[in-house]
Amino acid sequence: MSRPVTRLIGQGVRYATKLRGGGSAFPGLVMEKLHPDFVSEELAKLPRGVVVVSGTNGKTTTTKMVVQLLESQGLKVFTNRTGSNFVRGVAAALLGEMNLRGKLDADIAVLELDEAHAVHFVKRVKPNYALLLNVLRDQLDRFGEIDTTRRMLSTVAAATTGTVILNREDPRIRRIANDVAADTTIEYFGLSEKLRAMFPSDDEMRSGVTASTEQLPDAKVALTGFTGTRSTFLIDGEEVTGDVNLYGVYNIFNAAAAMALTLEVMGQDADRPALIAELAKIAPAFGRGETLNVDGQTLQLLLVKNPSGFRLSLSSASAEDYATMIAINDQYADGRDVSWLWDVDFHSLEDGGVDMVSGVRAYDMALRLEHDDVAVAHVEEDLETALKRFIKHSEGKSMRIFCTYTAMLALRKELAKITDVEEIS
Amino acid sequence: MTAQDKKSLTIVQLYPKDMNIYGDWGNTLSLSRRAQAHGFDTEIIDYNPGDEFLEHADIIVGGGGQDSGQTIIQDDLLAIGDRLKAMAKGGTPMLVICGLYQLFGKEFRTIGGENLTGIGIFDLITEGGEERLIGNIVEESDEFGTIVGYENHSGLTHLGDGVTALATVTKGEGNNRDDKKEGARVHNVIGSYLHGPLLPKNPKISDFLISKAAEKKYGEFTPATIDDSLVEKARAAAIERPR
Repeated sequence: MSRPVTRLIGQGVRYATKLRGGGSAFPGLVMEKLHPDFVSEELAKLPRGVVVVSGTNGKTTTTKMVVQLLESQGLKVFTNRTGSNFVRGVAAALLGEMNLRGKLDADIAVLELDEAHAVHFVKRVKPNYALLLNVLRDQLDRFGEIDTTRRMLSTVAAATTGTVILNREDPRIRRIANDVAADTTIEYFGLSEKLRAMFPSDDEMRSGVTASTEQLPDAKVALTGFTGTRSTFLIDGEEVTGDVNLYGVYNIFNAAAAMALTLEVMGQDADRPALIAELAKIAPAFGRGETLNVDGQTLQLLLVKNPSGFRLSLSSASAEDYATMIAINDQYADGRDVSWLWDVDFHSLEDGGVDMVSGVRAYDMALRLEHDDVAVAHVEEDLETALKRFIKHSEGKSMRIFCTYTAMLALRKELAKITDVEEIS
Repeated sequence: MTAQDKKSLTIVQLYPKDMNIYGDWGNTLSLSRRAQAHGFDTEIIDYNPGDEFLEHADIIVGGGGQDSGQTIIQDDLLAIGDRLKAMAKGGTPMLVICGLYQLFGKEFRTIGGENLTGIGIFDLITEGGEERLIGNIVEESDEFGTIVGYENHSGLTHLGDGVTALATVTKGEGNNRDDKKEGARVHNVIGSYLHGPLLPKNPKISDFLISKAAEKKYGEFTPATIDDSLVEKARAAAIERPR
């Protein structure tokens, strides 16, 4: 079948699925069957090529940052915004962006891919740039081991033709430098020594952060300090200060990653003042520290899916100032195995306590909190009932809900009934 | 004043740095708190490769690791193996999960054809499998009743004659794909593939380890009455989860 015909079929399916509602990857599946090379052929036409963003934590927010930062530099960017990060999700997104003559109006593609899908993707499409954020314990029920995850990212790095940007602070990511092709450039983003102690790796969870004896490579962009939203970075050795309006220290660190990538793509043409100005305008991705307004109070949704992410989310604000709810489900997208909750230290919640624990694994969570002497006011497995009660009893405090993925989706749906929640297409 | 007043138990966690992958810390924490609830003071000591070996440990716990973690600790484990074996024979209670369960056996034949020698406390052999056995697991034990947890392993373990299984699996796979048996029992040593972690939701196993440790050290154990209502609810929810 000729390409325009397949594409029009795909676009038709996309239109039809939109009418039916839901299923963002389905039209891509149809395209994949009809024309398997569709994605690689289309992406190969982009003048500045393809960027792949992968790693355990922070992909969605970092991808969003990269897109906005590249746009601030005047580029037209294609991205898989719906977070449907399969090859077919990319195909579906492509169909949505193409005009009816089949032209993708973009200079560069920035794609968020999870580790396993990234491996499949790079078999079809060689990325020009890869940004690899971290390898942390997550979804071991899917990937088996962290070392398996590291090997997946290593495959992505090996397939990258232009520049691979690595997290200097993550030893498993740093070692990927050995697997990069000889004529591919390697750049790093990182932290100043002072900040390093705030980001323990999984290996340092029990032992604390130990001084590395390894000589670390220079970072293109390093985060050197932050107070509130005001953040200082060292870019190619030059100190630059800007605002990052995102919740959580890990997001500020990922801003360093997004800037390193943007500067690498732009090269000599980089407009740094525009870059810093844009940084302040980036809003959180859905459920990643997204702030909603409920009856005049702020309610933050904080996606948690692995020990390091949960630890960093907890350390991002002082618990006593908030009413706190934790919602833990154990569907496939949440991680079926809830053992990881035991590698999160919850003592920071001891003073304020937890107002509500909910989700399918509410009692596992409550038991976990009990072991860290955190008082739990209520346990209610049903999310809808729990949310209502939590809001009602928040007593004028700002609210924080730490939630796993499917719990977040369910809570957003409930919240949409009482406040403005951005529609996810 | 309880019977255990001023009595203390020392819990040693083996290789927390390299073998602590599925919330194994939860077992140590839960065991320590349970012992405190029974009236003991507790001390938790980390044992990592090269550390001084603590022969006065009252309870030993160990967890699972990445394959790379197992390689790192293997030499050290073999070096202290005879002492661990002597302690096991002498009645020191131990709980080993997943990776250390395998290495407490005689041999672990990896999928890559490598043979890792175990310390042989358990008469069992493990072979690396192609696929991982992953999912919620529920099993029945004569000693501990219903045990609930989560398994995630590629090693397939077969028990020899000198060892009995911990439990019979009612949901999930267990030691291997064939015999519906899970874990191993010898002396006061328990080996299991279950994490979740195991002890918080299975306090009967904690009570066993604590009672054996107390009897060995003080000649007696008087259990306290502990409110397990939260544990019961967490167990009930976990038992209902699909594989």
